[in-house]
Amino acid sequence: MTDQTTTAPVRLPLRQRLDVPVVTAFVCIILLLVVGSIYSTNFLSPEYLLQQLKVGAFLGIIATGMMLVILLGQIDLSVPWTITVGAMMASAATAYGPMGEVAAIPFGILCGLLIGLLNGVAVAYLRIPSMIITLAVNAVAQGLMVAYSGGFSPQDSASSAMKFIGAQSTLGIPHAVIVWIVVGAFAVFLLTRTTFGRAVYGIGNKESAAYLSGVPTQRVVVAAFALCGALAAFSGVLLAGYAGKAAQSMGDAYLLPAIAAVVLGGTSILGGRGSYLGTIAGVILITLLQSILSVMQIAEFGRQIIYGVIIVAMLLLYGRDKKLR
Amino acid sequence: MSEWRYWFNSQRGTLLALAIFLLMFAIYIANHPAIANNGYTVQGVGNVLQTAANKGILLALIAIAQTFVVLTAGIDLSVGMIFVLCNVVASFVVVTNLGAPLGFNLGPVAGPAVGIVIVLLVGIACGALNGAIVIFGRLQPIVATIATSAVFFGIALWMRPQPGATPEFAKALGKAMLTKYWGVLPASMVFLVIVIVLLWIPYRRSVLGRATYAVGSSEAAAYMSGMPIRSAKFLAYVWSGFFSGLGGLYITFVTSSGQADQAAAGTYTLNSIAAVVLGGVSLFGGRGSAVGAVFGAFAFLTIKDLMFVLNVDPLYQPLLQGIVLLIAVSIGSARLFQVRNRLELFG
Repeated sequence: MTDQTTTAPVRLPLRQRLDVPVVTAFVCIILLLVVGSIYSTNFLSPEYLLQQLKVGAFLGIIATGMMLVILLGQIDLSVPWTITVGAMMASAATAYGPMGEVAAIPFGILCGLLIGLLNGVAVAYLRIPSMIITLAVNAVAQGLMVAYSGGFSPQDSASSAMKFIGAQSTLGIPHAVIVWIVVGAFAVFLLTRTTFGRAVYGIGNKESAAYLSGVPTQRVVVAAFALCGALAAFSGVLLAGYAGKAAQSMGDAYLLPAIAAVVLGGTSILGGRGSYLGTIAGVILITLLQSILSVMQIAEFGRQIIYGVIIVAMLLLYGRDKKLR
Repeated sequence: MSEWRYWFNSQRGTLLALAIFLLMFAIYIANHPAIANNGYTVQGVGNVLQTAANKGILLALIAIAQTFVVLTAGIDLSVGMIFVLCNVVASFVVVTNLGAPLGFNLGPVAGPAVGIVIVLLVGIACGALNGAIVIFGRLQPIVATIATSAVFFGIALWMRPQPGATPEFAKALGKAMLTKYWGVLPASMVFLVIVIVLLWIPYRRSVLGRATYAVGSSEAAAYMSGMPIRSAKFLAYVWSGFFSGLGGLYITFVTSSGQADQAAAGTYTLNSIAAVVLGGVSLFGGRGSAVGAVFGAFAFLTIKDLMFVLNVDPLYQPLLQGIVLLIAVSIGSARLFQVRNRLELFG
């Protein structure tokens, strides 16, 4: 029984009930906060922590989609320009009067969904390795956006609704964090309480076995990729609202942190294993790490080195493959 | 006679890449403004070849680097960063007065030679670090190389926070590596052929080279057969670092300067994957060759040049390039027509 979700209601010893990666990630988060608070007491203030959650929410929503795809044993490298497509298309729709203003957010998400569908069909039905096809789709999405925005100066400022959910907050709680909580709850429900979620884990373990058990594996793969695209585009919409406008290459900074967050949270990059709690921990860990390193005014080169070393060190603690026998 | 069929079958990817490249390059040459206006003069053709070759060798070297790792069914997402790091290192050490600040001056011949050795050692060290983490740390190559490339970028940024040129750079050497012989033969292509003949072919035929392929085909079977799988995989990452370093050295010949350029690293990494796929190297490992990857790299770059000479609106060039890439990688799915049992789909 390697699959955590199928644990029978038998009380296992404490060691086996605890998810080692998730616990390690949360311990590292606490360590980071302790180190930060020694440097400056501001690190433990609610304002700072909420600000970090807000910054992390954008990464968290992207990582949710990425996790679905990684659980299948695939990867989505088209995320950077899917984010940009979502942001630019939502901003573009805003220009078309009041109707466009209403349709902006759904339209942005729909564009991301279509990109995800294309990825999914190519991976599930044409059997093209996801690493290549998503790379090519990323190039096409980039080409489309360059062709769209270069000829004339497009409408690029976010609608008021986008600014409302991306940048503003109620009672001190940023709306982006609320959106992440909703998306996260949806993901947990999907992964643990539906046949779709069970099928995702099954395909990640062995696709042929899932197929022989009667799972419509190809449709599940398409759906997972479509969700990943839609969530990336949604995060792009939020980012555009946060920054007030869409910009080219705004998504480039999110691909590697998203993969790192999912993997640091204990999801196997080979698929079939991982929990959403771990992904939350990974996202918070990476956001805090980046924030603390920059607050400590460590030069950019030092930040990069520490960032890389910490990822390798943490994975060496719990992300190792089995020995070949 | 039948042996030819086996040879042809195993080299199909390479030959296809060669054919695509030759076809596109012929159209490119025929439409190039310098040749369309002046006819096929030795000077005109030579210049076009030289420009294309000096651009092509950079991606070709990175594609060879990627090939070694992809053959073992791994992937190296740090080739672009090793390339950038070695560019930065080369901009400091491949100079005519190496050691002058420390009191010993190696001079214009020994200086650059020692500098080149240092650059390649840096590349090898980066590759060995990747290999150690993947093989002895047993981490997945995709995440391990993402993390190490952050470290490599940090080191490059530490050495050169701002892009900069070195006045004492061995420009004569750079010029010699980028010149053309007899008016038509680019020096960089001679260098590339020498590298392939002296390094790739002997390695391919050695026990470790065969083990590299065997690991990619089936690691468990290779292990059972007593192949040196750990050395083969480790060596693949070391070769990858070496060839990325060679690429970093070469771009320094072109620019005479160093720059810790994160965007360039990302582009080279992604293009190297596109090049190996176009060159018929299977991402599942065990199939393909560095020669195919070289032609894949050339073909990939010619797409861009071709759109330039055919006067495609620059705004639509990235889109067309993406669509060509999309079609090229979809060709591989033609094997679906041969599938008789749906279970074969899942491999």
